[in-house]
Amino acid sequence: MKAEDFITQIKNGKIDVVEHTKKVIEECKKINKEYNYFNVICEKEAIEQAKKVKKDPSGKLAGLPVSVKDCICVKGVDSTAGSRILKGYKPTFDATVIERVKKEGGIIIGKTSQDEFGFGGFSVNVGIDYKIPLNPFDKKRACGGSSGGSGGITQKVDFPHVSLGESTGGSIVNPASFCGVIGLCPTYGRVSRHGLLDYGNSLDKIGPMAKNIEDVALVMEVIAGKDENESTCLDEPVDDYSKQANIDISGMKIGIIKEGFRKGTDKEIEKKIKEKTKELEKAGAEVDEISLKTSIDYGLPTYYMIGTSEASTNLARYCGMRYGKHEKLEGSFNDYFKKVRSRNLGKEVKRRIMLGTFARMAGYRDAYYLKAAKIRTKIIEEYKKAFKKYDILICPTVPILPPNFDDIKKLSVVQNYMIDVLTVGPNLAGLPHMNVPIGFEKDGAGVELPVGMMLIADHLDENSLIRLGSALLK
Amino acid sequence: MKVDKKLIENVADLARLKLTDKEKKEFVNDFKEILDTFSKIDEVDTKNTKESFHPVEIKNRSRDDLVEESLSQEEALSNTKHKKDGYFKGPKAI
Repeated sequence: MKAEDFITQIKNGKIDVVEHTKKVIEECKKINKEYNYFNVICEKEAIEQAKKVKKDPSGKLAGLPVSVKDCICVKGVDSTAGSRILKGYKPTFDATVIERVKKEGGIIIGKTSQDEFGFGGFSVNVGIDYKIPLNPFDKKRACGGSSGGSGGITQKVDFPHVSLGESTGGSIVNPASFCGVIGLCPTYGRVSRHGLLDYGNSLDKIGPMAKNIEDVALVMEVIAGKDENESTCLDEPVDDYSKQANIDISGMKIGIIKEGFRKGTDKEIEKKIKEKTKELEKAGAEVDEISLKTSIDYGLPTYYMIGTSEASTNLARYCGMRYGKHEKLEGSFNDYFKKVRSRNLGKEVKRRIMLGTFARMAGYRDAYYLKAAKIRTKIIEEYKKAFKKYDILICPTVPILPPNFDDIKKLSVVQNYMIDVLTVGPNLAGLPHMNVPIGFEKDGAGVELPVGMMLIADHLDENSLIRLGSALLK
Repeated sequence: MKVDKKLIENVADLARLKLTDKEKKEFVNDFKEILDTFSKIDEVDTKNTKESFHPVEIKNRSRDDLVEESLSQEEALSNTKHKKDGYFKGPKAI
């Protein structure tokens, strides 16, 4: 059932919102035992909110269950970004997106599992004591990351549901692809980051993940728009995204990114994307090939230099004094901070803090951080030029089908980072992009797994994503 | 560039991390692999290119200098174990 139809039934009393919420929580608990999609299920808060909605079901999202990536603050509910260093932290306020969802009657059901602070593409880099989410199609495989729990729960449930994910370098579209759902990462600044536990301030975006494109559009209308509490949030009018679904795509100009189909891209994925592209042509879209060499060839190192630099400063605040994990107060300032951080941060977090600290160090700053910031300009220019000719650019979201955990373990550090090769470009350029599940393919082991196509649009043109996405899903 | 234990120790100190010998060894190898691969960025000609610190143009925004509602002292201290007389209590500074 689409969210809109469900909400109508809540409003006219055909579905009892409190009873429904109770059932939803039980179902989530059951799934979670097997798949680890939640770090916390907030039963008490969800039922309280349901009771409020029962009294006043006038909101745009009345009664809709919404799960939230753990890095987004929910008042009174443990919000840890999947890290032991934040264990026990209960925010005293709601993130702007949460405030808006609640105001419209949405029901926050829990905090979803993720790579610690968003540092990963498979959700295997969970914090110390946290569990790894398992792919809904095959438990031996990864959900993708870093919004892995959001992707998994969105696929697994039958009730109407939307998850709020967060992307820095691909963390919405990647798990959406691996879990076979839709994930929309909006334009940088389209949705407020107030109340998000930062990874990289110039890169982070919050966006919806769902099974129906209409649900994605509906939630975007609620969460997007200016926020007095966030200076990088754009003061631009919010479109009626829902109106873009199911309209004709004839005349849309689509560029297929040539570099998306190199040696590292699975043949099954290439085949599926090309098949779907033919269908778009039949529906009247004009399809052409485009080369984005700077973005694909240099995007990955550029992203890791900038992302880790920003992360290394952001994560300096986690030192066991004001919130989260505390240790016994002893020794000097630096001894205490080092003790708290070394005991409670996971390996990938340490690695990225180290890399970012290095890239900003005197003597290396020009060669790494500032060089990357300059290449970022070139990447943005490359996309802006492409959008003079095209409405949408397409390529695979990830170059491979969801891998199994044993294969991930064999990857070196750089091979691990390579999973982001196609997604870092639009993230560096702050462009809205979306994963659309376009079917299934068998991998070498004969397991049927979801394939995702990534659509990229120009700044603030989320409308074109919804329009083309809905055509693809027909 | 030379990546050795000394460099890793220096970076770790700046990052306020205390690494075990095993971690130091691993990070030497990781840094070598990462920096070797990422040295590719040297190929890009950026002579006349300015840095981008944001993907879109961000305008400075200011508000009137008026007192607004904010967290109460009690709320601000609600997540710490280390507090005294309404203040955060930290480790010794000197």
